[in-house]
Amino acid sequence: MIEVIAFYLFAGLAIVAGLNTILARNPVHSVLWLILAFFNAAGLMVLLQAEFIAMLLVIVYVGAVAVLFLFVVMMLDIDFATLRAGFIRNFPLGLGIALVLLAELVMGVGAYHAGGLQLGVADGHGAAIAGASNTAAVGALLYSRYLFLFEAAGFVLLVAMIGAIVLTHRERGDVRSQNISRQVARRPDDAIVNVQPEVGKGVQL
Amino acid sequence: MTAFFQSVFGWSYELAWFLSTIAGILLIALPLMLGVAMIIYVDRKIWAAMALRRGPNVVGPLGILQSFADGLKVFLQETIVPTAANKSIFVIGPIVTFTVTLLAWAVIPFNSGAILADINVGLLYVLAISSLGVYGTIMAGWASNSKYPFFSAMRASAQMISYEVSIGFILICVVLWAGSFNLGTIVEAQRGHVFGIINGFVANPLLFPMWVMFLISGMAETQRAPFDLTEAESELVAGYQTEYSSMAFALFWLGEYGNVLLMCALNATLFWGGYLPPLDIPVLYLVPGVVWLLLKIFFFFFIFSWVKATVPRYRYDQLMRLGWKVFLPVSLLFVVLVSGYLMYTGHFA
Repeated sequence: MIEVIAFYLFAGLAIVAGLNTILARNPVHSVLWLILAFFNAAGLMVLLQAEFIAMLLVIVYVGAVAVLFLFVVMMLDIDFATLRAGFIRNFPLGLGIALVLLAELVMGVGAYHAGGLQLGVADGHGAAIAGASNTAAVGALLYSRYLFLFEAAGFVLLVAMIGAIVLTHRERGDVRSQNISRQVARRPDDAIVNVQPEVGKGVQL
Repeated sequence: MTAFFQSVFGWSYELAWFLSTIAGILLIALPLMLGVAMIIYVDRKIWAAMALRRGPNVVGPLGILQSFADGLKVFLQETIVPTAANKSIFVIGPIVTFTVTLLAWAVIPFNSGAILADINVGLLYVLAISSLGVYGTIMAGWASNSKYPFFSAMRASAQMISYEVSIGFILICVVLWAGSFNLGTIVEAQRGHVFGIINGFVANPLLFPMWVMFLISGMAETQRAPFDLTEAESELVAGYQTEYSSMAFALFWLGEYGNVLLMCALNATLFWGGYLPPLDIPVLYLVPGVVWLLLKIFFFFFIFSWVKATVPRYRYDQLMRLGWKVFLPVSLLFVVLVSGYLMYTGHFA
């Protein structure tokens, strides 16, 4: 009973939020609706008892990715008229992508009903480890069976990150950078000089 | 509590679950709101004492009702929404801040077994919810359609993202040692942790530096002084709160102090043994666990107030440097050290 109410609440809100993401006129509103959709997807994951995935979804997508989206979208100076001008021209492309996604959904649901899904270990048994929590089960698989793929994904991300830094970094000569440890190590004796100049004479600095 | 309702009143499971959850939420939220009102008074008193002032001393004995007088004043004020503001988001912003503050308390263990939501991924839930907190600030800053709040929102998002990374690594050290994401299990793992008598990860030489960094990151995460650049009054008027008045302003205020209390509770739960007494001696267990937890929360709040009263505000580049160039590498190093030590001593075997 509670599960059913929660499912329809999360699913309904996710659909409404998803629709509003593409229908909202203001891009900032769009991103905020997208965040609501992410959040409801996380709720659905909890209902599937995949609480680890649900928390990761919120931490990674809502907590980090969407903040950066919002950051960028807020800074942009967007002219809505030019944005909507290409709608008719891009409509066939969008329709094509929608059809591909629809076909994938139909095939996915069909494969599920045909019982042809072979997830988990090689002989088709489920990957769940009896008595282990969700998090422990994911960790055990990720760091044993899929260790190489996991590490490779990590390296791809590292390379992408370094690449982004290298591409956007520019050397600027006119910046005076601070050496914090030198500032902290500076004592009053280094900075203050006590002098008693004669009347009419200056001080040598 | 669900089983209690079922056995005493003979209700169905759904009804008993629903009502016991509502009761649990009220049991946490109402004392929390009262606690926030009192802690604002305490904060002002500590701050005043360190500045050799009297602090609030007019309303009620020793000024103890000052927060309630302020609340009433704010409640009676007119709510002003600027004409240029984006109205719906302007109103949602403070609601998000306030709600997120209350949400995270669901997984804090107040005593052995006294958790509203005893979930496997409690610590991840806290991380997830605290990462939501920035949205209230960003929404308020953007929707105000005014320059200072916007600068403040930009600062807030950059600051919170920076410190969440190192907080994540610090929490991994705790999780590795406790072997669980469940906050109740983490507290129990600290029972007699050092020499079999001290309750708390903080006395562990490998985890003590992590606690110091967690305390400082917590101040940055809750935007408390000396990291309160989002509402630096000399540069940004009042930051993202500039355009707010009346109850919307009060919601920000409550949310901010609720977050500070949450950080204090996390410090207590993750490093100082939560509801356990400081030492594993039977006579200390005569005091209820919730009293120990509240004492620890109060102690950490005193540290937060102390720092606010004595430390000057950081410059923005220093704040970023501390987060990315000091805390991130050091916490990463400690993840390697802690996991290496635990593997070497066969902790996971």
